[in-house]
Amino acid sequence: MKRVFADLHLRLNVKDVAATLRMASKAGALGYSLVGVPLAPETRAEEVERLRTVCREAGMDFVSRVDLRPRSQTDLTRQLRRLRRKFEVICVSCESKEVARQAAKDRRVDLLSFPLLDFRRRFFDRAEAELARNGLAALEVGIKPLLALEGPARVRLLSYLRRETAIAKNYGVPVVISSGASQELLLRKPREMAALGFLFGLDEVSGLDSVSRSPFALVKRNREKLDARFVAPGIRVVKEGRDC
Amino acid sequence: MKRVKRRYLALKLDSDGLPTGKEFIDAVWSAVTKLYGEHGASLTSLSLINYDGEKKTAVIRTSLATLNMVRASIATITSVADKEAAVHITAVSGTIKALNKKTQ
Repeated sequence: MKRVFADLHLRLNVKDVAATLRMASKAGALGYSLVGVPLAPETRAEEVERLRTVCREAGMDFVSRVDLRPRSQTDLTRQLRRLRRKFEVICVSCESKEVARQAAKDRRVDLLSFPLLDFRRRFFDRAEAELARNGLAALEVGIKPLLALEGPARVRLLSYLRRETAIAKNYGVPVVISSGASQELLLRKPREMAALGFLFGLDEVSGLDSVSRSPFALVKRNREKLDARFVAPGIRVVKEGRDC
Repeated sequence: MKRVKRRYLALKLDSDGLPTGKEFIDAVWSAVTKLYGEHGASLTSLSLINYDGEKKTAVIRTSLATLNMVRASIATITSVADKEAAVHITAVSGTIKALNKKTQ
């Protein structure tokens, strides 16, 4: 079966419709069929629909995403309660161990991301992976710093990413590679993203899965949950009425 | 001696600038060297086969064993001849003839 590809992290200026259309068209031309755009938590439903229409014009499927930066465990749960039903993908930027552990075990969190340059705050260890596996969260790796950094900083980042992806693989935590691109020239083809995964130890199949199967599975699961007919995992309303 | 298997890569340059063939292949070499060092770069047997400045396309050759290294390095290119750029791989093949068929 032919693979379809997704980039769950495109940084767009949502106010600029022309730039959004340009970026979405470029992503489509490079071979993506689904893009995720991080939005502010207070974004209105009409704005999300407008973006969805713009992406549809460019032949792309659109996924609304919110990036949370909670200060504490309580702050995270409060934000999740407020935003879970509003966005299709929730990514938590884990800046403390307390937040990282809570985000990994909370099933409402889809993606875990860690500070890229503050290596002492990358908390993706075996305990985190175990929690993430049970909580169905995926590890997000943004490729933008791999393109922007050079020398010792990139060496260090690659070393950390290699360790983290090895842990994720051992514990069965999906890895999602996304671009984090804010300009067209920072976008890469899906196979090039997978090739960058090779730098931190992903083989060809895992690399391609991280830009196709893993993000699609995550989006499909969340769309099912957000559907009005969803009751619980595996249970959905098929028919309503007195003759049921 | 065992024959070295090669792969030909068709590349597309995405940039506002108009670099020469030398500037283009220098950017590829520089990306490979930055990522894998001089020893790693020496294993790739990289060479520029064809460069079309107007169409901004190129064909390079590398050894099959280092194909993944070259792919990854090409993806990290962000500038060519001091101009912001991206280089995309449009096709990979074992012969130039098959590569031309794929890119047509």
